[in-house]
Amino acid sequence: MGRFILGRLAATLPVMGVVAVIVFLLLRLAPGDPAAILAGDAASPEQIAEIRARLGLDQPILAQFLSWIGRLAQGDLGSSIISNQPVAKLILDRIEPTLALATTTILFAVLVAVPLGVLAAWWHGTWVDRMVMAISVLGFSVPVFVLGYLLIFGFAMQLRVLPVQGYVSITEGLWPFLSRLILPTLTLSVIYIALIARTTRSSVLEVLGEDYIRTARAKGIGETQVLWRHALRNAAVPVISVIGLGIALLISGVVVTESVFNLPGLGRLTVDSVLARDYPVIQGVILLFSALYVLVNLAIDLTYLLFDPRIRY
Amino acid sequence: MHEAIKSGLRLALGLAALVAVSEPRPALAQSKPVTIRAVMHSGLRITDPIITTAYIARNHGYMIYDTLFATDANFKVQPQMVKDYTVSQDALTYTFTLRDGLKFHDGAPVTSADCISSIQRWGKRDGMGQKLMDYTASLDAVDDKTFTLKLKQPYGLVLASLGKPSSNVPFIMPKRIADTPADKNVPEEIGSGPFRFVKGEFQPGLKVVYEKNPDYVPRSEAPSWTAGAKTVKVDRVEWINIPDYQTAVNALINGEIDYLEQPPHDFLPILKGASGVQIFNYNTLGVSGMLRMNWVNPPFDNEKIRQAVLLAVNQQDYLDAQIGDPDYMMPCPAMFVCNTPNATDAGAPKTDLARAKQLLKEGGYDGRPVVIMQPTDLAIVVPLGPVTAQALRKIGMNVDLQSMDWQTLVGRRAKQDPVDQGGWNLFHTFWVNADMLNPVGNVGINARGRKGGFFGWAEDAAIEEMRDAYARETDPAKQAAIAKAVQQRAYAVGMYYPTGQFVMPLAARSSLTGILEAPAPVFWNIAKK
Amino acid sequence: MTGSTAPSRLPARRPILPPALLNPGVLAGLAVLLVVGLAAVAAPYLWTGDPILLRPRLRLKPPFELAWLGTDAFGRDVWSRVVYGARVSLAIGFAVATASVLIGLVIGLVAGYLRRLDAVVMRIMDGIMAIPSILLAIAMVTLSGAGIGTVIVAIAIPEIPRVARLVRSVVLSVRSEPYVEAAIGAGTRLPMLLVRHVLPNTIAPLIVQGTYVCASAILTEAILSFLGAGIPTEIPSWGNIMAEGRQAFQIAPWVILFPGLCVAATVLAVNIIGDGLRDALDPRTARRLGALR
Repeated sequence: MGRFILGRLAATLPVMGVVAVIVFLLLRLAPGDPAAILAGDAASPEQIAEIRARLGLDQPILAQFLSWIGRLAQGDLGSSIISNQPVAKLILDRIEPTLALATTTILFAVLVAVPLGVLAAWWHGTWVDRMVMAISVLGFSVPVFVLGYLLIFGFAMQLRVLPVQGYVSITEGLWPFLSRLILPTLTLSVIYIALIARTTRSSVLEVLGEDYIRTARAKGIGETQVLWRHALRNAAVPVISVIGLGIALLISGVVVTESVFNLPGLGRLTVDSVLARDYPVIQGVILLFSALYVLVNLAIDLTYLLFDPRIRY
Repeated sequence: MHEAIKSGLRLALGLAALVAVSEPRPALAQSKPVTIRAVMHSGLRITDPIITTAYIARNHGYMIYDTLFATDANFKVQPQMVKDYTVSQDALTYTFTLRDGLKFHDGAPVTSADCISSIQRWGKRDGMGQKLMDYTASLDAVDDKTFTLKLKQPYGLVLASLGKPSSNVPFIMPKRIADTPADKNVPEEIGSGPFRFVKGEFQPGLKVVYEKNPDYVPRSEAPSWTAGAKTVKVDRVEWINIPDYQTAVNALINGEIDYLEQPPHDFLPILKGASGVQIFNYNTLGVSGMLRMNWVNPPFDNEKIRQAVLLAVNQQDYLDAQIGDPDYMMPCPAMFVCNTPNATDAGAPKTDLARAKQLLKEGGYDGRPVVIMQPTDLAIVVPLGPVTAQALRKIGMNVDLQSMDWQTLVGRRAKQDPVDQGGWNLFHTFWVNADMLNPVGNVGINARGRKGGFFGWAEDAAIEEMRDAYARETDPAKQAAIAKAVQQRAYAVGMYYPTGQFVMPLAARSSLTGILEAPAPVFWNIAKK
Repeated sequence: MTGSTAPSRLPARRPILPPALLNPGVLAGLAVLLVVGLAAVAAPYLWTGDPILLRPRLRLKPPFELAWLGTDAFGRDVWSRVVYGARVSLAIGFAVATASVLIGLVIGLVAGYLRRLDAVVMRIMDGIMAIPSILLAIAMVTLSGAGIGTVIVAIAIPEIPRVARLVRSVVLSVRSEPYVEAAIGAGTRLPMLLVRHVLPNTIAPLIVQGTYVCASAILTEAILSFLGAGIPTEIPSWGNIMAEGRQAFQIAPWVILFPGLCVAATVLAVNIIGDGLRDALDPRTARRLGALR
């Protein structure tokens, strides 16, 4: 087990290496000049060239890459070109709202979607099933920001029960914290609920058709027991794996949701940095997101152990 | 199923643990400070108002720095940090004495040396500053509180330059900070202004916090524009960046923020109808749009074709697309701003499509597509590109309207290369009118060409001569005459086209009182009930 | 949910290859897609005007006052823009689906066939998958300039690894089949075998995957435009109509509402067709696809 985890961790290194190369090349080969942005309106070409040299942007790409990787290996993500602040600090400042939103979304989505999926499977082929499936397909089809605006319009502007925007740390009170997360969570979890509900439905459905379920039934075990003890336990594996795959989806949604609800998280940090050509920050955030994705999926592989007695590492 | 929930919980707890280790927020003060929560037009990232002309950095500068002189509502330059000043008989030596009690936020007194370094750094970046430095022989400290500026020859804009209301404003910083190279962001945000920068709470692009500077000694005169008393009546000002205007407007209506610097005009009817919200036009002088052609690349290297463009467009179209509400817009042919001393309609083109087409033919326009750089994220400039594109197509030009974000545009407009190598033909921008009042400050009139000119690199020796003459002239009537001649010539050669004047009012909760008129949004004198 | 009624129901309702394309949902989906497709093709003949004609004095007019669907913040006709926008949005959906499926197919075949390349290629695929797709797309579009081509490439690239993985796994399982090993022993060349056995096994799931990619590409285009990194303003797409209209959402909701409805309906239709196709396939593959979405 320990060796397995170590092996899997080691296997993530080449993936992260590939990510680093892709991100670096993407940024450096594309047009756009942070020096010109920094220099501002009144700058002369000489001033721009000076700034470029100060930032090291006049070096050959390979040299720039090696120096970045070298510092990365020592745990140094570099500093923002625009604000001069260390990238690590910028990320730390912004990570809390993003993690909070991701957590509430996953929690809420699982709480809603798993029962929905089970219900749909249980009443397979009835109107319940069709309703759940219709809702879930719809969830895949509405643009996130349109949904966000509609929720703001309804709950914050018309009913005036929830704030429109912003983020308050949990240290400043539970309700201020939660009240600002409710609408973003609803917005973001719709697509996630759709995903999990569909997967739950199809895997429960499949398990219910397996031989051992029939055997269990033949042994006279009650239907509720069959569902709870056997079907759900075995259906859990694909459900959990889809949660892991959905992390990518979640991150994409976070970028948009943060912008609609003005949450000062990592998504907005990335978009802002891309627009400002703040190379070190873009590189840092994308590396972090990729690492998160890889690690969450690793963690999920490990949780299979909990749910599927057939899997042994 | 409970297993699945458990797994969700486990994941959530793990994430919550991560949240817990991330940096704790500073604890709230005991008594609740009076705080203005403001949403400005953009997030503050670069905190140095000298290296960038970005208006957000200028606004930040007015919070924490003070200026030697300031312009009042009658365009008169008044002493601000300066107690009094004398000009020698030959008009070559200016002697300035600082007020008593001026102190930087780090406790050090403001000295002559600080002022001299600050002026010199600003003089390397700002257009008017560069001009002033060209005429300056030396800046010398007489004692801690007195210093002199000696000119090589008489120069009419010394005080106008030092009291310049908009970007780049000559803010006074401590010498050790002002000695930072002029292309490098200052390492510390320390000034002697009415507010102090709270470094620990600064999140670039997101949030800036200022607190009242208890040591600030305001002048005794009533506030007028950026001159007079800067009395702070609240404890804190927080600038929160909300990039989505829809969200910002809703937040203001809901009372989650107190102040919104530039709500788009489309939202003004909603804001007017909302209870507890006031609309206030703080910058009555307003803002002007600018259509700028690139003189380096064909077809706009040809004067006839530039003239054709000026005859093809008209301000009404731009303003209708941009603002829509006649209450907030004003067609104005004056390059140096209507209702100001240099205002004139000399040389202004009248739309004439037939003549424009003929000029295109005479200029030998070969049908090559004109690349217009179109920003997607600067709301007030967005409408200008499509309007120009439509006008140019009407006279038979081919247009390639290329969408890009504003920062890309800023990067690309600095390139003097041919269009197929990353260059460009035309872009739009806007200026606060306070920046445009005379031929020296108005960058669109800078005619130095590829070396030292504004993007587009218009080059015209006659205009440069007139700009110098304007700078040397000290009689306002003669200055106005020169400005008129400059404008005549600038329209004739097609230096730029002003797309019309408009005002961008702010919206605030009614609980804010004492908001001042000024060329920039300033936060002194505002009280909160 | 008591044990007495369910047993008779559950086993009987195991799906046995439903006649997928006759299911009313799929038919409705096809009908929607047909209508949208026809509208896109016949755009100039559907009482449309110039979709980029500015009328600055006629801004934000509500529906029916001046134009069926009103005008936007530039005084442009929303109906014309939505109809022409269908062209761009559909084209992006189909182009992204085709490109990512074809390229993924080739990469998957190569990776599965050339074992020495496999490790390298699949690590690159893993790397691309690990980068959040929307961030990759924003960065690509912003950095290399807005345009239909850039947007298509930016949306397609993150989709390729999933297709490649699917194809590669089929190749690997086909390779280990005894009859394939036997055929290789008998001198048949491997590439021929792969083409003969892999393609038939992958085409159906790839088509399903393609429909999902198509649906998500239409949505992603809207999101990219929303974030300011989408299709240039002179080419109306549903995404950039909404993005430009969002400023005025509360004053002129029609500007967002109609393209929003079109996106939702089209994506819904494509998704339902995808579900129908999937249900018509082997349930095992179907499950794998469900998880891959």
